[in-house]
Amino acid sequence: MKRLLNQQPSSFTRVILGLLPFIILIGVYVIASDIRLEANPNDKLLPSIAQMSEAIQRMAFEPNRRTGEYIFWVDTFSSLQRLMLGVLLAASLGLCIGLLTGALPLVGASFSPIITVISLIPPLALLPILFIVFGLGELAKVALITIGILPFIAREMQRRTQEIPHEQIIKAQTLGANTSQVLIRVLLPQLTPRLLDAVRLSLGTGWLFLIAAEAIASTEGLGYRIFLVRRYMSMDVILPYVIWITFLAFLLDWVLMKLKDRLFPWQRQGGHS
Amino acid sequence: MIDVKNLWKNYGNKVVLEGINVSVKEGEFITLVGASGCGKSTFLKLLLGTETASKGSLLLDGKPIKGEPDSDRGIVFQQYSVFPHMTVLENVIAAKGFAEKGITGLLWGRKRKEAKAAAERMLDKVGLSSSSHLYPHHLSGGMRQRLAIAQALMGKPRILLLDEPFGALDPGIRKDMHALVLDLWRSEKLTVFMVTHDLHEGFYLGTRLWVFDKLRHDPQAPDAFGAGITFDLPVGQTDPKHLETIEENMKEFSHD
Repeated sequence: MKRLLNQQPSSFTRVILGLLPFIILIGVYVIASDIRLEANPNDKLLPSIAQMSEAIQRMAFEPNRRTGEYIFWVDTFSSLQRLMLGVLLAASLGLCIGLLTGALPLVGASFSPIITVISLIPPLALLPILFIVFGLGELAKVALITIGILPFIAREMQRRTQEIPHEQIIKAQTLGANTSQVLIRVLLPQLTPRLLDAVRLSLGTGWLFLIAAEAIASTEGLGYRIFLVRRYMSMDVILPYVIWITFLAFLLDWVLMKLKDRLFPWQRQGGHS
Repeated sequence: MIDVKNLWKNYGNKVVLEGINVSVKEGEFITLVGASGCGKSTFLKLLLGTETASKGSLLLDGKPIKGEPDSDRGIVFQQYSVFPHMTVLENVIAAKGFAEKGITGLLWGRKRKEAKAAAERMLDKVGLSSSSHLYPHHLSGGMRQRLAIAQALMGKPRILLLDEPFGALDPGIRKDMHALVLDLWRSEKLTVFMVTHDLHEGFYLGTRLWVFDKLRHDPQAPDAFGAGITFDLPVGQTDPKHLETIEENMKEFSHD
């Protein structure tokens, strides 16, 4: 018998071991919900899987009686739109700020301290200000997501820029390159895969701010919905929504990872040379 | 071509180079050897323009050498001197593009065609034409240095600086690289400065050998004195005995 330290699962056992916790979790939930519903058929805390699929059926595949909308898809669409807009804005701004502060010492000297200070402000504390300035519309929510993740992306990009071996920058200059050529041809292309990494890392935070903003002031959205139905203790809606949000988060992460491999074949093996 | 007059370089209290007086003619191939930390790389950085002299002057054609890298001086580092996000061919074409003014240095139309043809000729010269579509991380260390040299030469520098270019390579591959560098030096009529750890490399390559070492040594204050050029030998007419004495000298001081 090998030491526990050296025991490797085969690929089949690896799959089984990975699925096991999910199966146990679902099993425990089903049993617990059965027990509670047995005692009280009107219990709301642990709805059965049938009740949950019924709720989703109602929200996703039947038009709402009052508005004629498919609430589930309207929520999904508007949440994703806000998240994407906010992340896109933060990514492009963060890339520019990070590239310029990382590559140009003069810009870095004047902007690095203020970025550090801004990144220390808890973004949720700014939410009331955003609502006052931008109103309760879409702009405030998108702005919260952008402000929430921009400092992280900007600092990450700055660090990544400084990580690129200085030899490359000197080499480009000995070939006659000017500042903008070095920025655009040498640094920027090497930063883009790292930007995708930074975006993947900040998506979790992005969701947090999205749901927070929607919970406070909104008329539709995934976060709005779960906070709305909380009043009626509709766990049969909340639980599927949480699972759906998790799935969307997973999907976005996966797409970004695949995109990175596809778009940047040169950086797969370590990168630097 | 290059005149060095009473050149000093120090970082704070630490004197690295002291009182260097030397002049170099166009077309010389100079190898710089010495123990690690003796200032030979610092001297190369002064030539490159990434460091400036503390005292004295470094003149190129009678004018002070520029304080930042430019296309007069090409460089090949031991590593990291090619662009990992470009293929071999793109790396060499980019060298042509950077020589143009403009925001991006991207080449279009006829110019791109010409640059591509020139790049292919250059890759042929260094023996990389069959790998032109690969990315640098697919190349071996020797091939990567061939690419770095090809790229540097595309910039048509007058002076080529080599900073321990073959230090990380196997001895067999190193021999091939020596042949390549000698060949290019002759055909492109370059002035070459090469820093190396390997004294034998210095002795059999090039026309002139500089040994960097401390002229004075104070064991109580090891930083008080900098290094100078202790030997300045024309290569090819020297006595093998010289090699032994220098080798011994270097060993003696290699502990500091």
